[in-house]
Amino acid sequence: MTAPAQTDLVTVVIDGKEIAVPKGTNIIEAASRLGIEIPHYCYHPKLSVVGNCRMCLVEMGMPMIDRGSGKPILDDHGGQKIGWMPRPAIACATAAVPGMQIRTTTELVKQCREGVMEFLLVNHPLDCPICDQAGECRLQEFATDYGRGYSRFIEEKNVKPKRTRLGPRVMLDDERCILCSRCIRFCQEVPKDDVLGFVDRGSYSTLTCYPGKQLENNYSLNTVDICPVGALTSTDFRFKMRVWFLKQTPSIDTESSVGANTFVWAREGKIYRITPRRNDAVNDTWMADSGRELYQQVEAEDRLNACHASGKPVPAPEALQAAVALLKEGKTAIVGSARASLEEQFLLKKVARAAGGAPVHLVAHTGEGDGLLVSADRTPNLRGALLTGLIDTLPPASLEALGAAIDAGEVQTLVVVREDLLAAGLTEAQLERVRIIHLDTHRRPGLERAAVVLAGLTVFEKAGSFVNQQFRVQKFQKAVPGPGGAAEDLFLLATLAAELGGESMPSTPASVWQAMAAEIAAFRGMTFAGIPDDGVVVEAGRLAELPFVEGESLHYKPAAEAAGV
Amino acid sequence: MAKVIPRKPLTLAERTYLPQVLGGLKTTFKRMVSPNVTLEYPEERPVIPEGYRGVPTLVKDPDGREKCVSCQLCEFVCPPKAIKIFPGEIPEDAPTAHVEKAPRDFQIDMLRCIYCGLCQEVCPEEAIFLQEIFSVTGYTRSELVYNKQKLYELGGTLPDRHFKWEKKRQAAERGHQH
Amino acid sequence: MAVDLLIVVGKALAVVVVLMGLCAYTVLAERKVSSWIQNRVGPNRTTLPVIGAIPVLGPMLTRLGLFQPMADGLKFLFKEDILPGHVNKVYYMLAPVIALVPALLTVSVVPFGQYVDADGVTRPLILANLDIGILFIFAISSLGVYAIILAGWAANSKYPFLGGVRASAQMISYELAMGLSVLPVFLWINTPGAPATLSLVAVVDAQAGAWFVLLMPLSALIFLISIFAETNRAPFDMPESESELVGGFHTEYSSFKFGLFFVAEYAHMIVGSAILVLLFFGGWHPLPWLTLADLGLAGGVLGGVLSTLVFLAKTLLVVFFFIWVRWTVPRFRYDQVMRIGWRMLLPLAIANLIAYVLFLAWWVTR
Repeated sequence: MTAPAQTDLVTVVIDGKEIAVPKGTNIIEAASRLGIEIPHYCYHPKLSVVGNCRMCLVEMGMPMIDRGSGKPILDDHGGQKIGWMPRPAIACATAAVPGMQIRTTTELVKQCREGVMEFLLVNHPLDCPICDQAGECRLQEFATDYGRGYSRFIEEKNVKPKRTRLGPRVMLDDERCILCSRCIRFCQEVPKDDVLGFVDRGSYSTLTCYPGKQLENNYSLNTVDICPVGALTSTDFRFKMRVWFLKQTPSIDTESSVGANTFVWAREGKIYRITPRRNDAVNDTWMADSGRELYQQVEAEDRLNACHASGKPVPAPEALQAAVALLKEGKTAIVGSARASLEEQFLLKKVARAAGGAPVHLVAHTGEGDGLLVSADRTPNLRGALLTGLIDTLPPASLEALGAAIDAGEVQTLVVVREDLLAAGLTEAQLERVRIIHLDTHRRPGLERAAVVLAGLTVFEKAGSFVNQQFRVQKFQKAVPGPGGAAEDLFLLATLAAELGGESMPSTPASVWQAMAAEIAAFRGMTFAGIPDDGVVVEAGRLAELPFVEGESLHYKPAAEAAGV
Repeated sequence: MAKVIPRKPLTLAERTYLPQVLGGLKTTFKRMVSPNVTLEYPEERPVIPEGYRGVPTLVKDPDGREKCVSCQLCEFVCPPKAIKIFPGEIPEDAPTAHVEKAPRDFQIDMLRCIYCGLCQEVCPEEAIFLQEIFSVTGYTRSELVYNKQKLYELGGTLPDRHFKWEKKRQAAERGHQH
Repeated sequence: MAVDLLIVVGKALAVVVVLMGLCAYTVLAERKVSSWIQNRVGPNRTTLPVIGAIPVLGPMLTRLGLFQPMADGLKFLFKEDILPGHVNKVYYMLAPVIALVPALLTVSVVPFGQYVDADGVTRPLILANLDIGILFIFAISSLGVYAIILAGWAANSKYPFLGGVRASAQMISYELAMGLSVLPVFLWINTPGAPATLSLVAVVDAQAGAWFVLLMPLSALIFLISIFAETNRAPFDMPESESELVGGFHTEYSSFKFGLFFVAEYAHMIVGSAILVLLFFGGWHPLPWLTLADLGLAGGVLGGVLSTLVFLAKTLLVVFFFIWVRWTVPRFRYDQVMRIGWRMLLPLAIANLIAYVLFLAWWVTR
C-alpha cells in the first residue's frame, strides 16, 4: 500500500477536532470519520445530494482574512479569527474545504434539529405499533435523540392514502412519508427506472408512481431499505416480525457470480428477510429483489430433510456407508457444482481423487446479465471450482460428454452435487443406467431413484466462502440450523474422501482452509477467520484470462474490456 | 472480644414454668373466643384490590374492536418469554381495515407467566391487562397455553379513554384529504 | 353361665366402643380446638350422603365437622400399608397391637358412675371392680412403653430408634413421680385398722365432701404433669417430636398400623384424664361438698345416667385442657424434660409424701 497523496487531502475542524479528508468529501462523511453523527434523512452516501430534509444543519465558519491585505485576522489569543456564518448550513451539501470549522453541538444546531423534527412529526401518524420500520426507523431514533420530546400540535393531522401498492413487492404508506426523495433518486440513478415522483404541494405532497407505471424493477426493494421511515415496506416482510427480534448474519447472495453481500435476518431458526450489506467494491448498498427471495428455499416443499439409502430414510452415517460401498466398486463419474462453496469443491476434488481419479463434470448456468448486480453466470462460485482445480476449463452448457460416457458403459456410479441432470442434458434412460449418489438440499427431477441421497445444507445453514466474478473470496456464516436429518456438506464430503482414500480429511471451513492454503497457490497464507467481511481479491493468474460469460456490471469489467481490447 | 450479655437469673416462680404456662393458656384462650379470620375460599372470594396483577388478558374496546395490533412489544419485554405472537394483516374489506395489523394468534403460556405486569405497562394500545383472575388450572401443559380466543374471553371489554383508531377513521372520512 | 359371659362380653364391648368413639371425637376436638386457637375454622367439609342432606341439621353437623372422624378412620384403612424392607417384621407388626391393648385394658378398672339398685345398695358402674384398682392401672399402662420401644427398635432406622429411647427414659422418669404423688390419696382413705383398699371407687366415695385437689393440690399438680409426660402429650412429646425426629417411633408406620398408635395415644389420654378426675376431682360428684345423693338424684337408672354424665363431662373437660395446653406450650428440650422429672417432680413428690405421712400420723394419733 502506498500512502495516499497528501495534496488530495483537506483538513477541517469539527467540534474542535481536526480531520483530514479527501477533497470533495461532505461534512456528514467527514464527521462520521470522527465518530460524530450528524443526523440526516435525505442524504444517502450512494445517491446524489438534494438537501431537502434540512436535518443535517450545522454551524459553519471559515478563518477570516482581511480582504485588503490578504492577511489573516487574528483574535486576542493570537490565533486566526473564525468568521461564523450567521445561518446554519446543511452538512450533506457542504464539501470540506481547507480550514473549515464546523460546530454540531451548539444551541443553534440543537434548535434547528428540534424544529425540523417537530415539522416532520406534525403530520406523521405515530403508528409505530403497527409500523414495520419501528426499531430501525431514523425518525424514531432522531426524535429520541434530537427531538423535543413532546408535541405542540393540537390540530388534526393530515390524512393520506395508506396501503398503496407501488408494485408487486413494495407497499407505500403515504402518511408516514417524510418526502426525503431517496426512493425517487434511487430509481432514477441506480436501476435507471424512473417511476416515482411527488405530486401536490405543501403538506399535501404525496409520493406516487407515474400514471400507468409500477415500481416493479428487480431492484425495487432497495427503496424499502433506504426509506428512513416506514413509508415503503416490503410486501413479503410486511407484518411478519418486528426487527428487534431478528438476528443478523453476514451472508452472500448466491443468485449470480456477483456475490452481493447480504445480511440474513432470522429469529429462532426461521429466516424472515435478506437485506444488502454494504460493500463498496461489490454491491455498494444494493441487491436485487430476486436474491432476497432465496431464503424461501430453506423451508421449501421439495427440501430434502433426511438422508436416504435404497429409498428409505436413514441416518447420515448409514447413507455414507452405502455411498462408500458404491464408490469402491469403481467406474465413477462426478457431477460437481459451481453452487457449492469453495471448501466443498476442494473436498469434492479429494473425493474424485480418492475414487480412482473419477472424472469431474460441471455444467454452466447462464442467463442474461442486467449490468448491475445480476450477472450472466448464475452460479456463485464458478471461479472457486477453477481455483480449487476441480475443473480447469469453463464448463459446457450441457453434459453431453458425460451422457456419451454413460452410453458407452464407462460409468457405473454417478455422484451428483446440487445439479438437475435432466435440465443439464442427460436423459432419463441414461440416468437409469447408472447408480446415483445425490448430494443436495432439494429433490431434483429424475433423481428420485437415487441409490443414496445425502441431505446437505443451504447457504443459510452453514459457513463457508464463495469466489465471485472479481476473484474476490467472500465468506458467509451460518444463520439458522439445518433440518434434523441433514448433515453439513463438508462433513459428508470429508467422510466420503476419508473412507475412500484412507486418510483423515478436514471437515470444518477453518480446517479445510488450512489444507487449501497449503495446496493452492492463490490461497497461500490465508485463513478462514482471516477473510475480511468485505472479502479479499486473490491472484487468479492465467485463470483470469478465460472467456467468462459475464458482461459489465456494477464495480466489474470483463477482463478483456479492462485490458482495453 | 466476645461481647458478654448479662442474663437475669430466673426467679423461683419462673423456674417452675407454671406462670409462663398459665400466661400462655390465657393468650390462647383469648384467641379461642375471638372471631376467625379464615376465608372459606371456593364460596367466599377475596376482595381483589385495585391494581391487582392477575392473569394477563386481551381486551376489546367498547366498540368490540380487538385492541391488540401485534406490535410484539409485550413479547419483547416479557421476562420469562411467556408471550408468543403471530402477527397478521387485517383484510382490506374488514370494518377495522384502517388498523391494518392484528394478531393472527396470541399465545400466553400461563405456566411461564410471572405476573410482573410489564406487558401491560409496555402496551402502546392498552390492549393487554392483568385482570382479577388469579386461579389458573388445567390438566395438561398445552391447555395452559392460552390462545387468542381464550385471552379475549377472559379479557372482555374495558372502557377506553382515547378511541385512537376510531378518531383516525373519522379523520379519514371527514378528511384533510386533498 | 353362658348368658353371664355374654353380658360381660357385651358390657366390655360397649365400654370399648364408647372409648374408641371418644378417641375419634377427641381427634376431632384436637383439630377444632387448635383451629379456634389459631383463629381458623377447622374441619367443616366432610359430610354424609343422607344425614348431611337433612335441612338445617345436616349442614350444621357438617360445619361442626362431626363426620370428619369417619373420614379419618376410613383414610387409615385405605391408605397404602407400607411394610419397609428393612424392618423386623414380627416386632414391627406387634408394636401397634401392644400399644392399643394396655390402653383398652386399663379402662376395665375405671369406674365411670354409680347405680343405686332397688335394695338401696350403691354399686359402682365398672367392668371389673378390683380392689387393687390403681395398682392395676399403673401396672398395665406402663406396658404401653413397650410398644413404643418395640416400634422404635423394630423399625430399624435412626429416628424411630431415638424416639423409642427417649420414650423409655421419659416414661421411667415420670412414673416414679406419678406413683409417689398418688400415695397420699390412698394414705388418706385408708384408716389404720380398717381393711386396706386401693380401689378407685373408694377414692371417689371419700371425696363426697372435699375433693382431694383441695386437700392435696401439690399431689394433683404433680400427677397432672406426670400424666402429660406419660401420655407423650405436648409439651412432653419427645418420642415423636416431628421437628427433630420426623415422626419419632412411628416414622416408619403407615396406614392402619399408624392408626393404632394414634388411637392408643388418645385412649391413654382419655384414661389418664379419667383417673385424674377420679383421684382428685371427685369422680361423679357434681361439686365439692355436693353429691347426687344430696340433690336426691342418685336413685335408679336416672342416678346411674347422671353420675356417668357428670364423670364424662369432667373427663372431657380435662381432655380439653390437654388439648389446650398442647396448642399453647412449646415442646421442652430433652434435658429440660429430664431435669423436671428427676430434679423437680421426684423430690417434690417425696417431700409431699413425707409431709402427708407426718400430717396423717399426727391427725390419727391426735
